[in-house]
Formats: sequence, structure tokens, C-alpha cells
Amino acid sequence: MSVELLNFIETVLNGLMSGVMYSLVALGFVLIFKASGVFNFAQGVFALFAALTLVGYQTGQVPFAHVINELFGTNYHNWYASMPNFLAIILTMITMIALAWIIERLVLKHLVNQDPIILFMATIGLAFALEGVGDLMWGSDVKVLDVGIPSGGSVWLEEATIGLAAEGSDYYGMYIDVLNVWATVIAVILVITLALFSQYTKTGRALRAVADDHQAALSVGISLRTIWILVWAISGFIAMVAGIMWGTESGVQFSLSLIALKALPVLILGGFTSIPGAIIGGLLIGVGEKLAEIYIGGYFETGALENWFAYVMALVFLLFRPQGLFGDKIIERV
Amino acid sequence: MIYKETGQYKSSYKSDHAIFPLIQDKIAFSTLMFIAFLVIPFVINSYWEKAILVPFLIFSLAAIGLNILTGYCGQVSLGTGGFMAVGAFSTYKIMTYFPDMNIMIIILISGLITAGVGILFGLPSLRIKGFYLAVATLAAQFFLVWLFNKVPWFYNYSDTGQITVSERLMFGIPVTGASAPPYATYLFCLVLVVLLGFAAKNLIRSKIGRSWMAIRDMDIAAEIIGVPPLKTKLSAFAISSFYIGVAGALYFAVFLGAIEVTESFDIMTISFPVLFMIIIGGLGSMLGSFLGAAFIVTLPIGLKFVMVDMVGMSAVTAKHFEITIWGLLMIIFLIVEPHGLARLWSIAKEKLRRWPFPY
Repeated sequence: MSVELLNFIETVLNGLMSGVMYSLVALGFVLIFKASGVFNFAQGVFALFAALTLVGYQTGQVPFAHVINELFGTNYHNWYASMPNFLAIILTMITMIALAWIIERLVLKHLVNQDPIILFMATIGLAFALEGVGDLMWGSDVKVLDVGIPSGGSVWLEEATIGLAAEGSDYYGMYIDVLNVWATVIAVILVITLALFSQYTKTGRALRAVADDHQAALSVGISLRTIWILVWAISGFIAMVAGIMWGTESGVQFSLSLIALKALPVLILGGFTSIPGAIIGGLLIGVGEKLAEIYIGGYFETGALENWFAYVMALVFLLFRPQGLFGDKIIERV
Repeated sequence: MIYKETGQYKSSYKSDHAIFPLIQDKIAFSTLMFIAFLVIPFVINSYWEKAILVPFLIFSLAAIGLNILTGYCGQVSLGTGGFMAVGAFSTYKIMTYFPDMNIMIIILISGLITAGVGILFGLPSLRIKGFYLAVATLAAQFFLVWLFNKVPWFYNYSDTGQITVSERLMFGIPVTGASAPPYATYLFCLVLVVLLGFAAKNLIRSKIGRSWMAIRDMDIAAEIIGVPPLKTKLSAFAISSFYIGVAGALYFAVFLGAIEVTESFDIMTISFPVLFMIIIGGLGSMLGSFLGAAFIVTLPIGLKFVMVDMVGMSAVTAKHFEITIWGLLMIIFLIVEPHGLARLWSIAKEKLRRWPFPY
């Protein structure tokens, strides 16, 4: 095989894997949008908050320590030196479930029957509030997150592919981050679990019923409130997984919350209401972005196309299919 | 009692269709204009100018622009920051190419250029609606900011990527640059805001404004009764972008003086706050644009005053509290009064009509 072809394959592979990361965030959006009709802008901040909380539990930080210290002149730092990863993840999950409950109680309950745009703005408010609370609780410094997922280049793949190039060519093998491979595996497990859960359990059926038709679901005795809390908790859980992945890759910091913006083109490409759409959209955007950076980016001499390329890609796509790849067909009546 | 309209008879269509049909409104508005034009310029100092009044005027203009598009025509846009950047960079480029041109003309031309860009990014609105459109306008935001950040021609190949305004005179008094006196920059913005505000108010009351509202309320029905969606939506994008472009030009030339595009026109610093302004102020209300801008501009100052000066927090912690309170206020506001401050004002008017005698 020629070096160009191998490079192309490497780019596509890397694109697919970063696409999985986008899909993870988009999945949380889709779940909430389907079940409660809320376009949850706070999904990215959820991921940030989950990652911050996880690091906080791991290292035994006292919540709000720096605020208390500053206001009262005390000197609190840590409760304990470290906590097993497993326990910390479970505690974070419980926190995210509690958060879902609080959000339903304090925000969603009062905004039933409002315009979608009002609900959307409320989630932007939620994003700000949660970001502030996260910073106040755990501090805004960049933190290292390590839950034992291996990262770094895969040596095995590099050695396995180095022989594929033609003899005598200057090829060093493919570079793929092990972390991304793990992310892919975990995402696949997550999606399969979700699919099984919604297909074969009673709660899962209730979930699908609500997504299908709120009023019909209510009339057969499904509690909308329970389902909403559940859905927000599930997306909180997905946000935690995304937060762990992104946090391990680039450290836990404010920019983590901006991955929500990365997931938006994925959503419009795949359709707001489709879980397979979120996944395939994520993969398409991931591959498109990486290919564009390498094959088109050269012509601009400026680089950093990835800030907007996904959006333009989604936009062009929208012109042909306004509801996205797998979204519900838009039917309009007067 | 205070706000009683009984006894005010209209004897012609002209007086019936006036912008302020009630004598109380006329008096209130004239007093406001009197204070704004003849009192504030004499007492203004640099702190009031830089911290409150000029940002308030500029953001009011941006809020009017977004309100035309989102509040009156129903097209949600998250690209305000990008369009303001177009206004700012057009001003900068025109300033460097035509050193002798009047600043007022430069700013209006920048508005027109932004209107053109707005039409371009408004094209998808013909096919897509709602959240899909909102996300599509984000494309404008990211693309435009990237463009001004990465293509050196726009910032004249300067090393820092910053653009800096040069001094321009208006009637012999500098209105841009470091040496501009507070009253000059304030009056310059005020004149533009009052003129463009009246223009917007009248546009909304005319045929074009009514067709925007028809499209907003139900686009298919509007199309059937003969409102052309193409012309209507694109005109809303054009006029809205014109206002936002002028606001961006003022933001750069008069208010900040030197900007770096990724910081000054970020989605978090411009696009969302301006959207908050029109939602808090009231979607589809001119008064709401001003009230919302006033609220959003003064809120951080008030919070900072309370937390840093009174409680004695460090600036970083205060910033985090500010973000939290901002978010919470936003949610509380949407729960308590989703129609915004303008609605509160009309409730207050209703109360004032009878007060202090309930019957």
C-alpha cells in the first residue's frame, strides 16, 4: 500500500474515534430532547461538573473549601488523601442523579407548557449556574483526571502497520491514541446497554412511550415526572462518561463545557430525535473534520478549521435534508 | 389616576396612530429625552460613560437588532457576536482605506456590509426552522470569528491580531480614540440609538413589520395570504444585521477602541447575553430591548459592588458567584415572568391607571 493511502486510513480511523467522543455528548442531548422536548444546552457543563465532582471525590477535596477559607479565614483542604476509583465513580453517579432530581424540582416543573425557546434559555441559565457552582465547589484550576484508563499512542498498532507500506518508503506506522480506543469500546457498551434497557425493561418502555407522545403516556398512567428525572439522570450519567473521557484527554477545566458546542452540528446532522443519528452524525463529523483539516486546511494556510468546519458541513447538509439524517419528518399543518 | 387615558380623544387617524398616543407617554418620553440629551452630557464622567451608559446604548442597539429577527420575525439567532464582529472589522478596514471619511458614514456603511453578510447567513432560514436554524446561525458565529482571527488581511497584518481605532472627529470633537471626552462618545451613541430606534419602531408599525409578525405567528398561513416568505425573512435578517453591525462598529470604535476578535466577540460574551437581553426584556417589544440591555449591563456591576466591595471576596471567587447568580436569575426570571420586563411594565401601567383608588 502506498503511504498516502495509509495516511488516509489513519486519518479516517482517528476521525471515527474522535467522532465517538462527539457522539457521547450528542447522545445525552438526544435522550433529553426526545423525552422532555427540552434542548438541553447544559449538557456540556454536565460533563464538566461530573468530571470536577469525580476529581473532587477522588482527592477528597472539601466542597466550597476555598470560598469558606476566603470568607472565614479558615484553612480547610482535604478530608482524605484518596479514594478508590470505583467508589468515586459511584458517588459521582449518585451526585448526578441528585442533580437531575433537583433540576426537575426547581426548574422543569415550573416551566411545563412554555415555548421551547424559553426552555432552551432556561437550560442556558442552568449551564451558567452549574458552571459557577462547579467552580465554587471544586475550584477553577485545571485538574488531572486519572481513573486508570490507559492513554498514549498504541505501540502495537504502530508496529503492526509499519510493514504495510512499500519497501524503502519513509513510513513509521499509524498513530492511534489508546484512550480513544477505550472511549469507543465504552461508548459501544453504553449504547448497547441503553438499547437493551429501553427495549426490554418496563421503565424503558415507559421511556419510549413518553418520547412518542407525552399526553398518551400520561393517560395510560406513566408518571411524566419520574420519567423526566430518570432521563435527566441517564444523560447525567452519559455526561459523566463523556466528562471522564474528555477530562482524561485534556484535563478537567472550563473548556470541557464547550464540547456541548461541538455536539450541536452532530445533532443537526443526525437529527435531534434519533439515537442512531447521534452516533452516525458524530462519526461523520469526526471523519469530516479530520479529513478537512488535512486535505483542505492546507489551502488556507491558517489552519484551525475544526472550529467551524463541522457547522458548515451540517449547514450544507441541512439544505438537502432539513430534519437531519434520521430525524422525524417535519410535518406542518395550518 | 396617574396613568388615566379617559378624556384623551383622537380626532384624526394621524393622532390615533401616533407612536405615543397618550399624553402621559409623551411627557415621560420627552422628559427622558431631555435628561438624556441636556442633563447627562453635563454631569457624565468617565466611569459612568465606560461602565454603564455607552455599553447600555450599544447593547440596546444590538438588542433591537436581535429583537427584530427573533422577537418580531421569529427566527432564533445565536450569531450576534459574529455579526457584531463584521460591523467592527468593516469599520476598521474602511477607516484605514478612507482616512478622511466621516465616522458616522463609516459606521452606517459598516452596518450595510453587515446587512449583506446577514442576508447570506439568512439563506438557510428559508429551508430550516427553530432549533435547527439556531444551530445554523452558530455556524455564522464560529465561521466569522475564525475568519477575522485567521485571515491577516482583516487586521492589516498586525502582529498581535488586534485592531485599534484611530482618532476621528465629529464637529471638531474627537468621538473615537483615547482622547475622546466622555460626553462626546455618549452623545454620539445616543444620537445613533435614538435615530435608529425611531426607525425600527416605525418599521415595525409598517407593512414590513406586520409581515414579519405574520411569518412569526404562522409562516405557512402567512404565505397563503400572500406574504412572501423569501423577501420577509431575508429583509428581517438584513435589517436585524444592520442594527447589530452598527452596534458592533460602535462597540469597537467608540467603546473599546482596541479589540481582539476571539475575546471580544465570543459567543459567551456577546451572543448569549444579547439573547438574554431580549428574553428578559421581552420578545417582540422595543421597550423590552432597552430594559433588557439596562438589566444585563448593570447586573454584573451591581453584583460586583455587593460582593467585592461589601463582602470583601476576591475577584475570582466573586466572578464565580456572579456566573452562578446570573444563571439562577435567568432561570427564576423565566419561571416568574417569561414575557419579560416589558410585560411587568404593562402590568404596572395597568395598576397605575387606577391607583390609588381601586374603583
